[in-house]
Amino acid sequence: FAGLADVSISEDIPVEGEITVPVGSRSPDDDYSTLDEPVRDTILRDLKAVGKKFVHVMYPKKSSALLRDWDLWGPLVLCVSLALMLQGGSADSKDDGGPQFAEVFVIIWFGAVVITLNSKLLGGTISFFQSLCVLGYCVLPLTMAMLVCRLVLLAGSGTVSFIIRLIVVAAMFGWSTLASTAFLADSQPPNRKALVVYPISLFYFVISWMILTFTPQ
Amino acid sequence: QGGGSAVIDMENMDDTSGSSFEDMGEMHQRMKEEEEEEAEGEAGAAEEEDGEFLGVKGLQGQLGRQVADQGGKMWQAGKRQASKAFSLYANIDILRPYFDVEPVQVRARLLESMIPVKMINFPQKIAGELYGPLMLVFTLVAILLHGMKTSDTIIREGTLMGTAIGTCFGYWLGVSSFIYFLAYLCNAQITLVQMLSLLGYGLFGHCITLFVTYNIHFHSLFYIFWLGVGGLSTLRMVAVLLSRTVGHTQRLILCGTLAALHMLFLLYLHFAYHKVVEGILDTLEGPNMPPFQRVARDIPVVSNVVLNTTAKAVALTL
Repeated sequence: FAGLADVSISEDIPVEGEITVPVGSRSPDDDYSTLDEPVRDTILRDLKAVGKKFVHVMYPKKSSALLRDWDLWGPLVLCVSLALMLQGGSADSKDDGGPQFAEVFVIIWFGAVVITLNSKLLGGTISFFQSLCVLGYCVLPLTMAMLVCRLVLLAGSGTVSFIIRLIVVAAMFGWSTLASTAFLADSQPPNRKALVVYPISLFYFVISWMILTFTPQ
Repeated sequence: QGGGSAVIDMENMDDTSGSSFEDMGEMHQRMKEEEEEEAEGEAGAAEEEDGEFLGVKGLQGQLGRQVADQGGKMWQAGKRQASKAFSLYANIDILRPYFDVEPVQVRARLLESMIPVKMINFPQKIAGELYGPLMLVFTLVAILLHGMKTSDTIIREGTLMGTAIGTCFGYWLGVSSFIYFLAYLCNAQITLVQMLSLLGYGLFGHCITLFVTYNIHFHSLFYIFWLGVGGLSTLRMVAVLLSRTVGHTQRLILCGTLAALHMLFLLYLHFAYHKVVEGILDTLEGPNMPPFQRVARDIPVVSNVVLNTTAKAVALTL
């Protein structure tokens, strides 16, 4: 190696070669390790993520956790529970259970898709599934309103109960709209926020209306 | 001194030709990474060189490399298919120019849709945007749902929501296309998007009328709103179309059809989805009232009954 000591390379001669960077902390083995963990850990981890998002909806601060790791478990659970609770509230035809469930399901998902498309067409920077995730999670206050309404209706269905239900549903409608606006409106150009907020409020208004006019037979 | 080029080839630093089987995995790993980094053509050439270099051990290595190669190819194919599907979805961008509005513009256009223009001698400008009309159609759907729910309408086939959406969207898209076709026959200067926009904004009058009369159940009130508000929005649409058509017969056909369809639609929405009552209805008494059956019936008979009842009520109060 003594002979290499006086080798000098001038600047205009290209130095080429390959330097393979050693793969660091994330070897492919890490990706497969979640297959070996017990099922309980996987479920608990997902449940914790869903629970954290519920907390974000109830106390809407401008955080990006809801947007970053989106998932559709929460919206599915909320949608199914809302549709189940809204069943059995229509008139006396014998097949009223079926359409009611499908109706609620279709309204929520179709409405969410339309709002997402609308916000993307208006120049939004949020992705399709992120928007679906936020809209679905913000149905949580309305689901709680449905629960309260069902309990109030067990006690009786007069004017007083109607007024209580009206107040509860109106408050939860406002909360839902505020929560979803807090997450979604930031992704829009600032002067077009009203154009995005209106369909969202219409969507939650339709759901609130379904909840308010629910009368069990 | 350094007269030739100095090529530092790090590839041969890890010379494993004399090593055992355990290093096969490492070499396999390096081969996979190398393939993922380079383009497909170059990867093929590099692998061929290595094949010759490795000699006997290259047989198992080649199998390993072929597996990695297949895996890599499948990944590329999958990615290509996914991006093709994604670009199909991204065709939503053709609708983007029609949604390029500001809130003040939407508000201005909503108010303008109730004001008939006076100048019908030169073509009036129609903004071809779809945001306002789409929102108005959805609002009409929501109002219809409200009306159907409070009047306990029973839908025999289909669902409440399906009927409301089908009615409103069917009217908006169907009548727009029909009037566009008539405009084509009558040589009127209007495009389909403009027609959709015009009719959509004309639904603003319908929304206001239905919103008020589904809550305040006075039939004379409905007729006042029908003529007043409905009439204003129809007049606006008719005036705009008049300004874009020449010839008396063509103007008559086009505007007559549009006026008739628009006014009749409001009449239909009120009577088909609303309880026919005598006097003021207390909506809190919903479950006690007999459900309104939505079956085929004679519209003139119903409206005669309503007219008689209204006339009687008005006569009694006088």
